[in-house]
Amino acid sequence: MSSAANTNHPLSFRDVQRGQALQARLRQVVAAVRRPLTVMHVCGSHEQVIARYGMRESFPADLHVQMGPGCPVCVTDAPDIDAVIALADAGVHVLTYGDMLAVPGSAESLSDARTRGAHVDVIYAATQALTIARSHQDPVVFFATGFETTAVATAAILLQDPPPNLFVYSAHKWVPAAMEIVARLPGSPIEGFLAAGHAATITGSAIFESFVDTYRRPVVVAGFEPLDVLSGLICLVECIRDSRCEVVNAYPRCVTRPGNQRALAVLHRVFQMGDGPWRGIAQIPGGELELRAEFAQHDARRRFATLLATAARRTHKPPSDTCRCGAIMTGMAQPTDCVHFGQTCRPESPIGACMVSSEGPCRIWFESGAPHRAKAAESRS
Amino acid sequence: MSQQKSNKVSLLHGAGGPAMRQLIESIFLRGVRHPEALAMSDGAALPWGDKWLVITTDAHTVQPLFFPGGDIGRLSVCGVVNDLAMMGATDVLALTSAAMIEEGFDLDQLTRIADSLQEASVEAAAPILSGDTKVLRHGEIDGLVLSTAGLGVADRVIRDSGLRVGDAIVITGTVGDHGLAVLSARHQLGLSSDLRSDVAPLNGLIAAAMAATGDALHAMKDPTRGGVVSALSEMAQKAGVQIRLQAPAIPISAAARAASELLGIDPLVVANEGKALLGVTARALDDLLRALHSHRLGRDATCIGFVESGESGALFLDTGFGTRRLLERDGDPLPRIC
Repeated sequence: MSSAANTNHPLSFRDVQRGQALQARLRQVVAAVRRPLTVMHVCGSHEQVIARYGMRESFPADLHVQMGPGCPVCVTDAPDIDAVIALADAGVHVLTYGDMLAVPGSAESLSDARTRGAHVDVIYAATQALTIARSHQDPVVFFATGFETTAVATAAILLQDPPPNLFVYSAHKWVPAAMEIVARLPGSPIEGFLAAGHAATITGSAIFESFVDTYRRPVVVAGFEPLDVLSGLICLVECIRDSRCEVVNAYPRCVTRPGNQRALAVLHRVFQMGDGPWRGIAQIPGGELELRAEFAQHDARRRFATLLATAARRTHKPPSDTCRCGAIMTGMAQPTDCVHFGQTCRPESPIGACMVSSEGPCRIWFESGAPHRAKAAESRS
Repeated sequence: MSQQKSNKVSLLHGAGGPAMRQLIESIFLRGVRHPEALAMSDGAALPWGDKWLVITTDAHTVQPLFFPGGDIGRLSVCGVVNDLAMMGATDVLALTSAAMIEEGFDLDQLTRIADSLQEASVEAAAPILSGDTKVLRHGEIDGLVLSTAGLGVADRVIRDSGLRVGDAIVITGTVGDHGLAVLSARHQLGLSSDLRSDVAPLNGLIAAAMAATGDALHAMKDPTRGGVVSALSEMAQKAGVQIRLQAPAIPISAAARAASELLGIDPLVVANEGKALLGVTARALDDLLRALHSHRLGRDATCIGFVESGESGALFLDTGFGTRRLLERDGDPLPRIC
């Protein structure tokens, strides 16, 4: 039950009284800047906590908090999903994290493939892939998605003497590369970034130092409870107010400056940075985590190269040209700016990936009632 | 994405949300005229002297068949007993139980499940008086499906459509335990051993609630598939009202909270099998809570919100940081990646 008396208890970061004090403080610092501000958070979990606690409506009117490319499911490219569906259709046992299941590729999702009878199972931890592969003879493909946090878990199983029938289809992404793309976008209104605390537990806050030097925008690493987000936003607005371009760690209970060196060593041992497409955004240099050649015997992209090449020719279809996921994830538009949002694009029938994942900005807005707010605003005006 | 457009039944249609209601209305209720069937309540009530006979049926399938806190046998009895209780029929005359079994099913497991059926039947004072057994070829069914029907008597029929503006919404205990326990067991997550299904027959608890409140008890529903959000949305929609919940008031066990945080699944959208949502006049709230608290299954009962006039079917959650709308979802919740 909710008790926030103990300040060391995680629930104390949800304390309503402290939260309201921080909300008041945020209004003060934004008012002191005397102009509208736009900042971006780069994590679906930040948007989730904002939506889950209904915090967006209490943000000062002059503070625009945009969602960035922070949903790993949303940025997993359609051809990668098509490829894994092709493997499943060819009779390969596919393992995936649950939130990838319903994401549409060019035409279909893994869930559709499963309905057709393909062997697709949901796992919760990379280690389950290891266990499953060890208990079978047939090839098992783990569709490995996510950012630094899940990439370390994938790397770890490949260092645990995996059986020869375990293959990894890596679609892992490296977040800092995507922040650079956003910062370089011409006309980008973003004045500062709220960086993802989870990913920074691995990478450390130091990873943003060169970004801050290059792009002259402050970065505040923030956690995922309501008070974390509010205090992170306050730090960020204070940096902008004082024209301080620096990295602030507002999540020191989990994040250190150097990060988790052991985890990083595991990650870099198995993966190398490559160029890769982020769905709806762009080809991002250094944004893709590729398996190193040393692990080629477990690389599904190599093991099934012929099958995948054939499937790619068969399934390629251009994505909907009116879907605005890319603009939404780069801070150039909001879900309610999209004509499909809440109308033709809904959680049960998504057009863009942002509506699929529980981390997707459109899904989060939809489920926290944004279509209804928009409708109410229309009827008032 | 093709699920909606496809001409096939998908899992979405069985998840207790809008897609399931749409399937029932468009396929099963075609040509149906009887108002009791069209009400789409947990059961149907027929006048019987100065009382009411309430009839209901439920088919149960769960993976795994045994989970912390219960099994499919206990679940099948409690599901039907609770459906009857939600309409006011806390006095259960009879249950029937039909078992569809896959060839090769383990006899020891079947014995455990049958014992569990009997135990739950005794606990609920709901005798199983008739049954049926079918064995299907290997692969034609996944292990075991139990289908249960129940017949009960009510002095007064309570509907899930009876909410009125100003009513207090009471939940009889902690939220989300069953769904999160089953999910954890299904995927062998090895989470806290404290996380147990709440599956229990509620007829005794509901009888006490009804005795304490009389006509002040306006509506009841058990938040099974789709959880509290689905149940309250449906109640609000049927009554043409909106409901506002206070997030800090909603009781969630520490184990369920931990599992929900880890999986990224809201305890408000997963199934409960031993809880009820009650709509009662504000004046009778204290009487209701006193009656619930004195029962073993109602110790954590608490008022979590109130019924308001406004947008029909809307459900709002005040968090202290702001307000959000809770929307019914289709399909089972999927755990998130990070």
